[in-house]
Amino acid sequence: MTTPRLTIETLSAISLRDGNKPVLRRVSLAVDTGEVHGLVGESGAGKSTIAKAILGIIPSQVKIKGGRIDFEGTDLLSLSASGLRAVLGRDIALIPQDPSTALNPARRIDVQMTDGLRLKRGLSAKEARVRAHALLEEVQIRDPERVLNSYPHQLSGGMRQRVLIAAAFGLEPKLVIADEPTTALDVTVQKQILRLIRALQERHGTSVLFVSHDLGVVAKICDRVTVLYMGKVVEQGTTTDVLTTPRHAYTKALLAANPRYDRPDTGLEPTPPEVISALRAEISAFDVSLLESRDG
Amino acid sequence: MLLAVVANRVAMALLTLAGVAVVVFVLLRVVPGDPVAMMISPGAGPADIAALKAHYGLDAPLLTQFWIWIKGVVTGDFGTSITLHVYVTEVLAARLPATIELAILALIVAVLFGGAVAIAGTLMRRTFGETIIDGLNSILLAVPDFIWALALVLLFAVAIPVLPLTGRIDPELAEGFTTRFYLAESVLTGRFAVAADIMSHMAMPTLALALPLAAVIVRLLKQSLKEAMLQDYVLLARIKGFRELRLVLQEALRNAVGPTLALTGVQFTFLIGGTVIVERIFSYPGIGNLAIDAVINRDFPLIQGLVLLFGLIFILINIGVDLSVAALNPRLRHA
Amino acid sequence: MEHWSPTSISAAPDTGPAPPSIAVRLARDPKVVFAGGFILLLIVLAIFASLIAPQDPLAQNLLAGTLPPAGFPDAEPGFLLGTDGLGRDVLSRVIFGARISLTVAFVAAGLACLIGSLLGLLAGFLGGWVEVVISRLVDVWMAFPPVLLSILLVAVLGTGLHSVIAAIVVIDWTRFCRVVRTETMGQAQMDYVVAARTIGFARPAILFREILPNVMPVLIALLTLEMGIAVVVEAILSFVGLSVSSDTPTWGGMIAEGRKIVHEAWWVLAAPLAALFATVVAFKQLSDGLARSLDPVLRR
Repeated sequence: MTTPRLTIETLSAISLRDGNKPVLRRVSLAVDTGEVHGLVGESGAGKSTIAKAILGIIPSQVKIKGGRIDFEGTDLLSLSASGLRAVLGRDIALIPQDPSTALNPARRIDVQMTDGLRLKRGLSAKEARVRAHALLEEVQIRDPERVLNSYPHQLSGGMRQRVLIAAAFGLEPKLVIADEPTTALDVTVQKQILRLIRALQERHGTSVLFVSHDLGVVAKICDRVTVLYMGKVVEQGTTTDVLTTPRHAYTKALLAANPRYDRPDTGLEPTPPEVISALRAEISAFDVSLLESRDG
Repeated sequence: MLLAVVANRVAMALLTLAGVAVVVFVLLRVVPGDPVAMMISPGAGPADIAALKAHYGLDAPLLTQFWIWIKGVVTGDFGTSITLHVYVTEVLAARLPATIELAILALIVAVLFGGAVAIAGTLMRRTFGETIIDGLNSILLAVPDFIWALALVLLFAVAIPVLPLTGRIDPELAEGFTTRFYLAESVLTGRFAVAADIMSHMAMPTLALALPLAAVIVRLLKQSLKEAMLQDYVLLARIKGFRELRLVLQEALRNAVGPTLALTGVQFTFLIGGTVIVERIFSYPGIGNLAIDAVINRDFPLIQGLVLLFGLIFILINIGVDLSVAALNPRLRHA
Repeated sequence: MEHWSPTSISAAPDTGPAPPSIAVRLARDPKVVFAGGFILLLIVLAIFASLIAPQDPLAQNLLAGTLPPAGFPDAEPGFLLGTDGLGRDVLSRVIFGARISLTVAFVAAGLACLIGSLLGLLAGFLGGWVEVVISRLVDVWMAFPPVLLSILLVAVLGTGLHSVIAAIVVIDWTRFCRVVRTETMGQAQMDYVVAARTIGFARPAILFREILPNVMPVLIALLTLEMGIAVVVEAILSFVGLSVSSDTPTWGGMIAEGRKIVHEAWWVLAAPLAALFATVVAFKQLSDGLARSLDPVLRR
């Protein structure tokens, strides 16, 4: 077994605005070197909170209550602002969700791709641009020179996402966090992007934490999966295991909710109410046990 | 596309200028107040007054006077100043550089100072520091250049007497200039001692004009910067590992300047208007100071020339602002 | 699914308490309270100047010329802020000066607001050639440098309070016109106006009953702003010597005199300048506070 690159140990967080409601409930997961790990859950499950915690950009109304985020031996949560800044961009990178807002409309693509390289890898302007050119070729952009000289508004959504993927992997980070990278794209483009991410990841040996609400997408690209509900891990394991032999009722419900083109007669099944109430009960029991263990 | 916008602006500008010219012309002649009578020595008879009037062409019917003036304007002859007895164009050319240097220096000071405070305020957002900046700025916004000028007089001429109160340059140093752009010329020819003297004279009027503009810049730019800092692309850049100041300057600033630029341009025209009273307070020899005398003495040709000049400056500034805003926005450039 | 019916709406309970009245909102805003209070104080001083001022503002006493304010050496009792070159009490003159400043503020700003708003309402509501003509007029008007224009007008109309007021109105009506025109144009396209029109309300009725109340908050804030501007313009004009006769104490006139003798008697400049500063800041803060407090209430 390879040593994990990223280990999240019993991470807990609360929302100050909602009366200290728990947002993350002792979440634990590990991403190995070279692994693509899927983090699945519906909106509000806490997956983006986990991603933000790793990147050090949690909103001020969310407070971490416990646990650690171990990255290559360092607890990211214990780092100072400057310490975290040193790690970010060099060892950890992000593929954002919405390519239309993630690029600065007033700066050219080449500058937006090379500034990180120059800051973190010490490349000169010329070297960085050559590298950016090569990166765009890697993400199968046919005319890299034209794209480099363009502004974001001159490119399509799919092209922009490729640029962002190229920029993220171009920094040769150890871990890439992909935050729902295909959600804002057309279905036809989604597949290409997924394939691209997988190819780049294999070539560079990068670990990927793939955040998504879509179990179908996760199935295509991830080696292992963590299923999250209301901030609590309900299922974890290899993708094959979780998808073929799901143990938790919620996972089963999620699988049933995915439309399958080979079985058009089955419609989208919303999560049955019994499952939800069972889950709620499970979670309150969990919270109660937490309190007891603290008092006891 | 851009050319069409410019052409349209220029056409509107000329129309406006024409309207201004007509209004001023009519206003001066239709209302009471006889410039000639003010110039004449006591004891002069009606014949003398009539002769003087004829000399200045003030006895002809209104339309004729206007026609003569327009013909002159188009050929570059703005007539002769009644009080100064020189060509209007001469006196305007002599006094304009001083005001241009003052206005541009004030603009530079306002942009640098206002910009720096806006950036500082953005870096300090949601802290007490920002509250202090906002509080001070809201008071600053209320104070016009007139009050600043006099407050500066009290501060730097009386309380801490370090700056000269009047004029543009020490008369002994005002030798050997080929242009009237004293400050620019002395700096470009390396006569820094002279430049320093000029700057000490210009310090108070410049500050008086710059501070109201700086306050406006602080308010608008800080607001725009704060909004820009909330955008996803700034977040992504932050995740790349850039520090806060770099984020503000590299990512947020170019997206935030647009509205500020437009407003600064408009406010700059107010600043030019403000030179009228500020130059008066400091006896600074520019066109503002000239304007007051011209009006009090009812020097018609000079007043008309000055109003047209001010109007032209306003219009040029407006066109400049429109062009800069368009140039700054990549989307408009490629449209 | 719940069954929806029209009666179920009226039977539904009120959501939360009613929004506070305008007076309460205004009383809660510190800017409005402090700035408004200061201006009220100023008004009181102006009206009861003859009772409040310690000395006669016009009484010259050449033996008591340029006496410093209380607390400085050579100061004399009875002249709290010292005297000017002609021995006149500075404090009394500042108090009486408030009369001119406030008169100009209220009358000039009020008239500018009235005329500008009327034209703006017409332009915004009637549209068509009326709007075009008025807009062009505003554009040409705004191409003049304001200070120059005001000096020009007063020089041409002759000195005196009426000229000062006329000059301010003539220059600043455009400010109101523009804002009101934009507001009216925006409001006129809103559904409730179109609805009123189709039902058959007469145009003036629509104008005054529907549009005007929505334009009010902006207008009131702008009016107080204009008052501050009017005070400054008057001060500038009296500084240049184009306002009321030099006997009547004005802040601008005192500033002009104080500027001349600033090295010998700085208090003659400082006192009226401070009064002017405080007044201008007060009007601006009041305007800001009103803009904030009034807006959301009336734009329900």
